[in-house]
Amino acid sequence: MTYEEGIFYLVAAITVIGALGVVLARNIVHSALFLILSLLAVAGIFILLAAEFLAIVQVLIYGGAVTILILFAMMLTRVRETPAAVDGPQRPVAALAAAAFMATSILAVVSTEWPGNTEKINVISLDQIGRALFTTWAVPFEIASLVLIVALVGAIVLARGEEGE
Amino acid sequence: MFLANLVSSNPWLESLVRLGVVGVLLPLSVIILSWLERKVLGRLQVRLGPMRVGPYGVLQGVADTVKLLTKEDLRPQTADRWTFELAPFVIVVPVIMAIVALPFTADLFVRNLALGLFYIIAVTSLSIVGFVMAGWGSDNKYALLGGVRAGAQLISYEIPLVMAIVAVAMLGQTLNLNAIVALQDDTPFIAYQPLAFLLFTIAGLAELYRQPFDIPVAESEVVGGPFVEYSGIRWSMFQMGEFVSMVLISILGSLIFLGGWIWPFNGDIGPLGQAALMSVKTFAFILFFMWMRGSMPRLRIDQMMSLCWQLLLPFAFLQIIINGLVLVYDWPDWTLSVLSGAGALAAVYLIYRAARQQGVTYEPAVTGRQRVGSVL
Repeated sequence: MTYEEGIFYLVAAITVIGALGVVLARNIVHSALFLILSLLAVAGIFILLAAEFLAIVQVLIYGGAVTILILFAMMLTRVRETPAAVDGPQRPVAALAAAAFMATSILAVVSTEWPGNTEKINVISLDQIGRALFTTWAVPFEIASLVLIVALVGAIVLARGEEGE
Repeated sequence: MFLANLVSSNPWLESLVRLGVVGVLLPLSVIILSWLERKVLGRLQVRLGPMRVGPYGVLQGVADTVKLLTKEDLRPQTADRWTFELAPFVIVVPVIMAIVALPFTADLFVRNLALGLFYIIAVTSLSIVGFVMAGWGSDNKYALLGGVRAGAQLISYEIPLVMAIVAVAMLGQTLNLNAIVALQDDTPFIAYQPLAFLLFTIAGLAELYRQPFDIPVAESEVVGGPFVEYSGIRWSMFQMGEFVSMVLISILGSLIFLGGWIWPFNGDIGPLGQAALMSVKTFAFILFFMWMRGSMPRLRIDQMMSLCWQLLLPFAFLQIIINGLVLVYDWPDWTLSVLSGAGALAAVYLIYRAARQQGVTYEPAVTGRQRVGSVL
């Protein structure tokens, strides 16, 4: 087993443990913290694939921003006094749905014809990513920015509306 | 020699040795800085500062460290155990991970990353999770309020900080810190980007949650904020996180704005000269941060948020637009200095005007666009 394989299994294990923690933790704040662990481990997998830029973006956006907002919202609710609704009559149905989804995913992975073993990973530099993003894919990029602006303006309108002006 | 070969041939051993060096140097610098800060604050307040332990109190930091290490590590009974105990690590580890990618001189660095600048920004943003964890895990109202304040402040000020750094990256066309320093061989970037430098310094000070931006840990408001329930070694880890972040921002600022280790008058000054030059620049930043702590009153939370969103952020975008225009249309370099300098003057004027508005009556009702704490 090479170094890379060892690191891959370690990182993959952390990802899975984090993901299990998200669904199994009884406390919703703990779930959010496990989510951070899982997302950061995914950044580790990106680094192993030589996608450093993607890894850093993953850390910056998922580790540093999105989950903080989730935590922020939850901290202001009285999490400890509200029992987590993990048991319900829908439990067997949920288990069935999850098992079916997992079976489909595993089936998809196993049945796909993967294009051979890769000897070497093509490292794509930041320069190339930037060029592709702002020339070839400029329109999707602009649309994504527009969606974010709409969300921002919408949030401001909603927040100001409550002041009763 | 054998040892050096063994270490450099094995990537694991090499990483361990490099990390070990960082692991020894950081606590040491924290001990020195905590003494220095007390001395500097003492001078600013016309008193002596620590004088008892050792000559001029130089061993005060060591005594404090021993005291903190031997103090009982308390945990409130109702605290959330794992969240409470892991929070200090979540604050300190990202900062140390960021330090690893930071070069100090041309040859003295742990790792030279092609995306170094971006990596440092991304990794340091993880510290916020630690504040939120400490605030929530302590099961204390003040800690929770402090944690929420820390989250809001650090996320808000991260945006102008990153935008100021983006302005530098635009100018340098690279994210590699060594390459950015090499580009400043005749003119440091502060000459081209005074506005970005101003924004970087203010936002950096806010990211360090020190006075005047210390509302997350304000003693008279939230009695220490997220740290209120911590004691002994865990409290000292928060302290370490704060001082190491200060070193981080100071080194980063001297690298990307002040020209790093490059001697501006065309001459090679050797590794020792480079280290000396970097130390001077870094200490200038550190002393500036301590000076601010000794001279500025604390901002109110609405003033702090207005400063970030109404002033720093628009000016950061202004700097990026100026850079874009100059770079795309190939205008001469001096236009960059002039436009950015004019922007910096405007920003300073607006801050000055907002600071002079003391005694403005507090009006709860929102009237027009003028709001409480607004800088506009």
